[in-house]
Amino acid sequence: MGTSTVAPETTANSGAGQRRQGRPVLAGLAFLAPFLLLYTLFLIGPSVYGLVMSFFNTSLVKGGLGSFAGLSNYAAAFGDPQFWSSLWHTAWFTILTTPPLVILALVFALLADRAKKGRWFFRLAFFAPYVLPSAVVALIWNWVYTPDLGLLADVVTRLGLTPPVWLGDPNWAMISVALTTVWWTLGFNFVLYLAGLQDIPRELYEAASIDGATPWQQITRITVPLLGRTTTLVAVLQVIASLKVFDQIYLMTSGGPDFATRPTIQYIYDVGFTDYRVGYGSAVSMLLFAVILVVSLVWFALVRRQERDA
Amino acid sequence: MAALPSRRDVLRATGLLAAAGAVSGSLSGCAEQLQSGFTGTAPSADVLTYWNLLGGGDGVRMQEMEGVYRKQRPGVDLRAVTLTWGNPYYTKLSLATLGAQPPDVAISHLTRVPTLVSAGLLQPFAPEDLARHGMSKDKFVQRAIERATIDGRIYAIPLDTHPFVMFYNTKICKQAGLLADDGSLKPLDSEDALVEALHKAKEVTKSWGGAVASVADVATPWRFFFSLYGQLGGKLLMGTSPEEILEPDKAIRAAKLMRRLTVEEKVMPPNIDYGGAIAQFANGRSGFFFQGEWEISTFKDAKMPFSMTRFPNLMGGTYAVQADSHTFVLPSKEPYERARLDLVLGFVRSMLDQSMTWAEGGHVPSWLPVQQSEKYRALKPQSNYVGAAESAVYDPPAWYSGSGSNFEMVAGSALGGVLSGRTQPEAAIRQIQVGISKMARTPAPV
Repeated sequence: MGTSTVAPETTANSGAGQRRQGRPVLAGLAFLAPFLLLYTLFLIGPSVYGLVMSFFNTSLVKGGLGSFAGLSNYAAAFGDPQFWSSLWHTAWFTILTTPPLVILALVFALLADRAKKGRWFFRLAFFAPYVLPSAVVALIWNWVYTPDLGLLADVVTRLGLTPPVWLGDPNWAMISVALTTVWWTLGFNFVLYLAGLQDIPRELYEAASIDGATPWQQITRITVPLLGRTTTLVAVLQVIASLKVFDQIYLMTSGGPDFATRPTIQYIYDVGFTDYRVGYGSAVSMLLFAVILVVSLVWFALVRRQERDA
Repeated sequence: MAALPSRRDVLRATGLLAAAGAVSGSLSGCAEQLQSGFTGTAPSADVLTYWNLLGGGDGVRMQEMEGVYRKQRPGVDLRAVTLTWGNPYYTKLSLATLGAQPPDVAISHLTRVPTLVSAGLLQPFAPEDLARHGMSKDKFVQRAIERATIDGRIYAIPLDTHPFVMFYNTKICKQAGLLADDGSLKPLDSEDALVEALHKAKEVTKSWGGAVASVADVATPWRFFFSLYGQLGGKLLMGTSPEEILEPDKAIRAAKLMRRLTVEEKVMPPNIDYGGAIAQFANGRSGFFFQGEWEISTFKDAKMPFSMTRFPNLMGGTYAVQADSHTFVLPSKEPYERARLDLVLGFVRSMLDQSMTWAEGGHVPSWLPVQQSEKYRALKPQSNYVGAAESAVYDPPAWYSGSGSNFEMVAGSALGGVLSGRTQPEAAIRQIQVGISKMARTPAPV
């Protein structure tokens, strides 16, 4: 983009013109070079290397690629129930977190936007958890979830219910992690929605209220449709982020109890780093990459179509 | 225009190049000087970094021992780091060694040593270096030091042996008539003797005779099984096909005894987790408890009447019991310099000499000068099961085995099913054969 704004639109065929055309392209490339260099060095390079390793029995502790494995790493992954269960855990986490992180973010953004006084406070309150590092979040919520003496156990007991062992019960562990994640990352979507809300012209609401529209009608007929693009963005980013879950699960449950919460990335970590099988780990990474790509594209297409139909 | 670069351009480019060179040079070559420059510490030859995975009571006792070492060697800056137990620890140790930033000395389970050695991540201890610090091979528990010797070279110095043992409630056992006149437990060295004793204890407690963890804990069922299987003289990992993973006849016999105790005789609870089994014993709801000796601290803290003895010889063969050892290793891809090696060996020797402190946590010292001392023999109930050290069976060497490993997960989950009554012994053994054979046929990454 930078180049096209710098480059003058010239059709002159003179020698001078060509020289002038050439220089800005070079300058553009030069500006891009630091980024391209780092991008190639740290993203494209390792990805290609990972793809190559996935076809070999590469070991973490031995030099070189190791013996050629063909597609056997991929076959092993498809035949491994642990891979499938980890993939399901990732999917389950995504299912648990995406709807609340989209819907609640919208609801809170609407509420915060309507606040007349102290709007800065609500914005800060919802966004503040997002700036915390995952280790801090995990520590706070491990205390909240502590059986018997944790904050949540206390609240639930006061309500007259028996609290489950939040992180220790295979049926509850993922739900507990999802709850933590909603609290932690809601702020990001919230800010995107707030920005979207500010782009909606005030006149529309003014006209609507003159026509006698209730606040609820204004929200459903004006705000939500006009936030369509933001919703697409939020939803796609959220699905991708949820499919990449690792750190809070690793820190809070280490994938337990009994592997009930181990996501695919932790499976990759376990086989690749703990078992030294980087070749196999790379193959699983490639599979996860394909899954994320397909899910994102399908999801993106669905949401876009819905948006067009609306 | 401007075909030639101006003088200023040339100067600027040269300056940038020089700066880039200086930065990269200092990052790669002189990181240590740079670090000490920033932090103001003089790069000292007497820094000793030490990694371990010891938590709970063990962690407290290890810190106490480190404190004594610091007093002995005030000139040494000992930097001890405790990391999360199990796989995460070995992952970090491996990656740090691969990244050429390992600690000077580290704790490793003895069963993990063969994998680290075949991955080329450990340096051996030369006998002459050990001799210089008075640590000859004959001063250690032979079973442990032999297991630490791979291809004729010693790769680990064992600090202890921690066997699977039997805890018993002295008050309950007395009421049940299971104690001899001197207050010790009458021998229970046969399958029927144990079952009978558990029944008697059950009559006293009115709930259970004994307790062993079977739910959400894969290590304990494995320890129980492997002790029985070892007493039958069973072999493991003779090959990679399912038929060569273990000896089915012996394995099924061992698993049948486990099922008998929980499902058939109903003298032990079939569904109980690690903490639950501890609570059963600590609250006097069971007369016996089977676990590694390290739980001694838990019951001492509970101030209950209990004692410990070796896991009984139930199968009638040569006595054997599952165990592992904490050892000191040299994590490095490069041989150590003499000064650094001597620093490490001095530290290891100091730890061995403090084995009495370590033994209070239940572990059997590997260092014979302490193990054979009067002082240790007087330490009760710890010295009751000292013989277990020389009868220890260790998990078989394989890249996927060792304490807390995938091997224990596969075998322990199947055996937990046997204790819970979910799986028949034959089916569980088949499950182990198939599951481990799959790992055994995977090309070894080391």
